[in-house]
Amino acid sequence: MSILILAEHDGKQLKQSTRQAVTAAAAWQLPIHILVAAEHGDVVAKEAASISNVARVIQVEAAHFSHPLAEDVSAVLVKLAPEYKVILAGHTALSKSVLPRVAALLDVAMLSDVIQITAPASYVRPIYAGNVFATVESSDSIQVLTVRGTSFEVAADGGNAEIISVEALATNTTTRWIKEEKNVSDRPELASAHVVISGGRSLGEQFTSLLDPIAHKLNAAVGATRACVDAGFAPNDIQVGQTGAVVAPELYIAVGISGAMQHIAGIKDSKVIVAINHDPDAPIFKYADYGLVADLFKALPELNAALN
Amino acid sequence: MKVLVAVKHVLDYNIVPRIKQDGSDVDITGNKMGINPFDEIAVEEAVRMKERGIVKEIIAVSIGAENSKDTLRHALAMGADRAVLIQTDVVMQPLGVAKLLKAIVEKEQPELILLGKQAIDDDAGQTGQMLSALLGTGQGTFASAINIKDGEIEVIREVDTGNETVSIKLPAVVTSDLRLNEPRFLKLPNLMMAKKKPIETIVATELGIDFNPRLKQVKVAEPPVRKPGILVASVAELVEKLRIEKVLP
Repeated sequence: MSILILAEHDGKQLKQSTRQAVTAAAAWQLPIHILVAAEHGDVVAKEAASISNVARVIQVEAAHFSHPLAEDVSAVLVKLAPEYKVILAGHTALSKSVLPRVAALLDVAMLSDVIQITAPASYVRPIYAGNVFATVESSDSIQVLTVRGTSFEVAADGGNAEIISVEALATNTTTRWIKEEKNVSDRPELASAHVVISGGRSLGEQFTSLLDPIAHKLNAAVGATRACVDAGFAPNDIQVGQTGAVVAPELYIAVGISGAMQHIAGIKDSKVIVAINHDPDAPIFKYADYGLVADLFKALPELNAALN
Repeated sequence: MKVLVAVKHVLDYNIVPRIKQDGSDVDITGNKMGINPFDEIAVEEAVRMKERGIVKEIIAVSIGAENSKDTLRHALAMGADRAVLIQTDVVMQPLGVAKLLKAIVEKEQPELILLGKQAIDDDAGQTGQMLSALLGTGQGTFASAINIKDGEIEVIREVDTGNETVSIKLPAVVTSDLRLNEPRFLKLPNLMMAKKKPIETIVATELGIDFNPRLKQVKVAEPPVRKPGILVASVAELVEKLRIEKVLP
């Protein structure tokens, strides 16, 4: 028996979450296979085959995988499933949509957002916005799980796996892809950035003009609180916290963020946390390694100047 | 059109749960509970569709103990027409919930099933997708906008890189993200009225479905605590400290 990882990619490159899933999969000490479903998957399949510790890459090509739908990807995984003991992926929008379908169709439970694999079928995962860590065991014949990227190292190159092709299935008859709107940014992705600077609602209309120059100098990703997204000052795909992205950069700078537990859930594995807030009683200071009580609208330009 | 909305009764989002002395589980007895915030967004969307004349009937369904009736009353006060409690004291997990919901969907035959994208207690985020797979319908997860047209539902989905639009044949399962809408405040008269509305109760075991938990919770623990930090007096001091930590250039 082996382990099957669902690769996530943009048609050109694997997402970091796939390499983190490879590291998580090592816990079973079984052969690791990666499924690459793509329209033109040669480049991505080759990259997957070069990851250390990967035994096989399964390439499935179909035009409808140019924009993969959960209905189609789950059908491929269910078809391959009888050969596998574990099906896993990073905890991304695609996998969160696909893997519960796979689990239900296989009539097995699923584990979401696993942060630690302690035995062949024992897992630690956060519940209640990360305020509690639950240790959970599954006795199902196939283990289906997503893993939190920040909890596992990024697997390096060094492998030379075989690449095999598998026939695609016909596309589903219920759901059609219409279009996408990508938020284009020259900033690094939140999930893989070494530095993240996030703002709260109090930055208001100046969210971008205050954070962007600093983010640029630090090559940082920009994040936002849920309240800030709700108020329309930042797009949802940069939301950090329980219902957004979970980050663990070397440096996390929280600006004008009070520190609601739902936000803390997404940042507390960061190496160094800095909080800048005008309110000395803000809960964020309990989690920050360095706190600065200051007026944001003065402190941010000052910080920007100090980085020259 | 008939819409079924699944709602979960959960610990209030502002409360950090206590852990039982023996570490076996969290202890939420005596704490404030309420409707899962993402499910509240799902109910709100159904009510808005009813107000626009697209939806005729809204059925709210909850699975759990007797106290889940509070959350069903919340849905009724928002504007749901009927409420169904599938009653059980078993600790529910997403697969079991999806199986029980499937039975109710087959009975009620709604054209649209709305759920929150995740419950804020177990943070699993699986139920909608599992239900969709079991029903053989299409799914639209993490919806930030929906639009019914020509027997299909167009869903704008929040994904990691921005958003994506899909069109799904009805019946369909859609899970709400936070930007789908902002739920209304409940008015007291509506709450009073909701208290008088009947709640249909179905004993879960009478549905003849195996909904027992598959996962065994071995223990729960508090996450590791971060070392206490220090306050700095100025931006200059902050930058100096961060350079010593080698996290700033």
